[in-house]
Amino acid sequence: MRLIDNLQQRLFRWQDDGTTSIRLGQRRIFIVPSRGGLLFALALVVMLIGAINYNLALGHALVFLLAGIGISGMVHTFRNLHGLSITPGRCAPVFVGEKAEFELILDNDRPMTRRSLVFEADKGMSAIVAVNGHDRAKITVPVGSHRRGWMALPRVRLSTRYPLGLFTAWSYLQPAMRCLVYPCPLPTPLPENTLRPLGGISNGQGVQEDFSGFRERQPADSLRHVAWKASARDNGQRPLLIKQFAGGSDAELDLAWSATDPALADETRLSMLTAWVLEAGSRHLHFALSLPGQEIPAGSGEAHQQRCLEALALFPS
Amino acid sequence: MSTAQPEALARDVPPWLFAAAAVTTLPHALHLPLWLSLLTGLLCSWAAWLWWQDRRLPRRWLLLPLAVAGSIGIVADFGTLLGRDAGVAMLVMFMAMKLLEMRSRRDAMVVIMLGYFLLLTHYFYSQDMPTGLWLLLSLWLVTAALIRLHAGTIGIRENLRYAGLLAVQALPFMLVLYLLFPRISGPLWGLPQDAFSGKTGLSDSMTPGSIANLVQSGEIAFRVRFDEAPPARPQLYWRGPVMEHFDGTTWRQSRQRRAPENIQPAGPTIGYETTLEAHSQRWLLALDAPLTLPAGASLDGRLSALAQQPLEMRQRFRLTAATAYRFNAEESPSVLSDNLQLPPSSNPQTRTLAENWRQQAVEPERVVALALRHFSTEDFYYTLQPPLLGHDGIDDFLFRSRRGFCEHYAAAFVVLMRSAGIPARVVGGYQGGEMNPRDGYLVVRQSEAHAWAEVWLANRGWVRVDPTAAVAPERIEQGIANALPFGEPLPAFLQVRADWLRDIRHRWEALNNAWNQNILGYDARRQRELLSRLGLPDADWRSLAIALGVACTLVLALITLWTLHHRRRVAPELMLWHRALRRIRVDCAPGETPLALAARVGNSNPELAADFAAVVHHFLLARYAPENPEHLAALRAAVARLPRRRNP
Repeated sequence: MRLIDNLQQRLFRWQDDGTTSIRLGQRRIFIVPSRGGLLFALALVVMLIGAINYNLALGHALVFLLAGIGISGMVHTFRNLHGLSITPGRCAPVFVGEKAEFELILDNDRPMTRRSLVFEADKGMSAIVAVNGHDRAKITVPVGSHRRGWMALPRVRLSTRYPLGLFTAWSYLQPAMRCLVYPCPLPTPLPENTLRPLGGISNGQGVQEDFSGFRERQPADSLRHVAWKASARDNGQRPLLIKQFAGGSDAELDLAWSATDPALADETRLSMLTAWVLEAGSRHLHFALSLPGQEIPAGSGEAHQQRCLEALALFPS
Repeated sequence: MSTAQPEALARDVPPWLFAAAAVTTLPHALHLPLWLSLLTGLLCSWAAWLWWQDRRLPRRWLLLPLAVAGSIGIVADFGTLLGRDAGVAMLVMFMAMKLLEMRSRRDAMVVIMLGYFLLLTHYFYSQDMPTGLWLLLSLWLVTAALIRLHAGTIGIRENLRYAGLLAVQALPFMLVLYLLFPRISGPLWGLPQDAFSGKTGLSDSMTPGSIANLVQSGEIAFRVRFDEAPPARPQLYWRGPVMEHFDGTTWRQSRQRRAPENIQPAGPTIGYETTLEAHSQRWLLALDAPLTLPAGASLDGRLSALAQQPLEMRQRFRLTAATAYRFNAEESPSVLSDNLQLPPSSNPQTRTLAENWRQQAVEPERVVALALRHFSTEDFYYTLQPPLLGHDGIDDFLFRSRRGFCEHYAAAFVVLMRSAGIPARVVGGYQGGEMNPRDGYLVVRQSEAHAWAEVWLANRGWVRVDPTAAVAPERIEQGIANALPFGEPLPAFLQVRADWLRDIRHRWEALNNAWNQNILGYDARRQRELLSRLGLPDADWRSLAIALGVACTLVLALITLWTLHHRRRVAPELMLWHRALRRIRVDCAPGETPLALAARVGNSNPELAADFAAVVHHFLLARYAPENPEHLAALRAAVARLPRRRNP
């Protein structure tokens, strides 16, 4: 296996492409006949034999013209990739099990449209895109996430058969991109006993909250917090809105590693904590997160929640 | 962007495939049995209707019996599944059935490959210019369908333009391969029985009416180009079969072998090249009398030039001839007695007439003259519509109907001569021809088919006698259109007497001839000629393969350059900037400004700091103050001063 890996490594010039733009030159584009191309070649051979056997002058001409079309089709398939610039974009964090979407920006400096560009980083998941002439397009390459932590973008195979489908041209891309994968949340009720009063104001959440505006709903927000009236105003064209309140965090929640059942596996405990962080965040609670060797002081809001999730994702196993 | 399955067939792909199937199968309707054309049309319409209604395609178990029934029908109609015509019929049916089974991209690929294959099969039936043009258009459409299949989405116009571009780029390949691909002549293996069918031309026997039927056809039998001025029309006798055996109605060739001819030319030698259309017989229709023959051809002892094999395709030959000649002044007695044969106790009136003449005149020449005078002075008519003749056909013709076409006159004349004891025989062939002023070719059509007689006279040998000339001299002088009596319906193509129409016909035929001679007629011999002109005399297949490889590589390189070339609009200062980064092996992160980069480089590689700072300085000036060309020069100099780094 190692020998084959080595061979592939040499043959296809797998290399780390860094964070800069990649411009596809002829050294990194490979091209072979596709299954359809082999069928075409076979048909041409049979046709040529027929033309010779029946001495058809125009039959010869037809076979030769078709062969010429096949060959110039090969050059055009190659051109469909040649000179394409690929720049790494962003990648939003996901939870384990979700599809990570790595964004790539494609620049076409040729006047013709590049069509049927297939990006595949993970077996069975591909994205197809066309880039107009002298234009730019974005594509998100889907990759399944299986483990929490940083997930690097695997080697991307960019392939195309356009225009005739008789040849497959492909190239390997390895831009330095990574996606943060949060642990998969395991829905668990919030630990009651860790709710502690703050600043002398009696408990009872949401008493003195002041409405401070709307924000767009994140997948982690509970449907109970959606501002339906406000969302209905733009006919569902945009994401749902969530009411935001300021100054109402009258209780502080301490989400601690120690609050989870020590008998459970570490990953399960992390999943529970993740669920708590999401729940606390969606209820706009003031919460702190304590993990072995790491304390995140109490806070609230989007940035705080992400910081907590990041700590959970990167918790050393 | 989509994440759809790449193998599924998009909604607007099938119409392209229907169109591809239609253009490739439609011309076959001209020769396929009607039921098959109808079945094909029905299946295609069904597929189109299902697509229109967005319905499910029929299940396999429904299609299978249809396919079996169709195959049985083809076997019943053609008697086989393997012949050429049956094979074409099967392909057409497959094409129609595949349209009902088009679920994935792979199925669509099969439809397109079948389409390309069907294009070839049209050439079995015709290789003329309209067919070539139609197939070029079909090829374009099928290729556009192939592009549509792999394009995701593409507009109709752009698709057609792209397919056209690919075809245009393929033309140089076609040209190189057409000229240099080693030509193999002749079939690689035995051809099926029906490989060559539907060829018209003279047959090897003659009955009353057989030539009159042929004359109805305006098809071209052969074209001739003379090296010098062509001989006068009355001397243009093109010899086909010589028929010596008569059974009362039918004249046939005799199977007996004959000694080689003794030909003494008595006039100038005429060189010419003839291009014969396929007629499935061996004779070359050489001008009387042939002196030299092409390689492989021979004379049969009766002055008929024969090729080795029946002519199953258009072929070109070089010959020479002398129109004044003496042929077999010495003839063996057995041949002479063969040519006196008559069916016993037939045509008594004819025999009596001939014997009277023989008694009147002692010399055979006198008898011939009497017979010809009989035809010209008595009430004989030259017509394409002779009445039917009874049991003693010659008697009926000479003494009752007196209406006939050339074969009647030739047959009656030969029977008269044989009855008078003069050896005589019937010769079939063509007489005359029409000069096309556009390209200087003499065109001989089936309508010029003719029959005449040959008599053997002591010391003079075989002498041609054309009794038709005695009845209708215009036939020999001017051609059949002027020889037929007024009011007799002419074959359609002969009715064209207006000059401008004739001119159009001449142009069209000259164009066709050029097509046949230069494009279809390009064969192994022409290929050798071309190569020796290119400086490759005696090219064997090896040097041919090398020439082909070199030419193809050149064409591929040119097409690659043409396709990949485009002017990148990159400003020169950016090119220099990138060169500088490559030189010191530094990556500029997205969003990193040149000044920030200079600071980073200064921290990590202090030895580079000064040189790189200069580069950055001049780059910014050249980039943002482009009106001063000195900045660019300064940048170039600054980049050149950068040290080259091996490792980052």
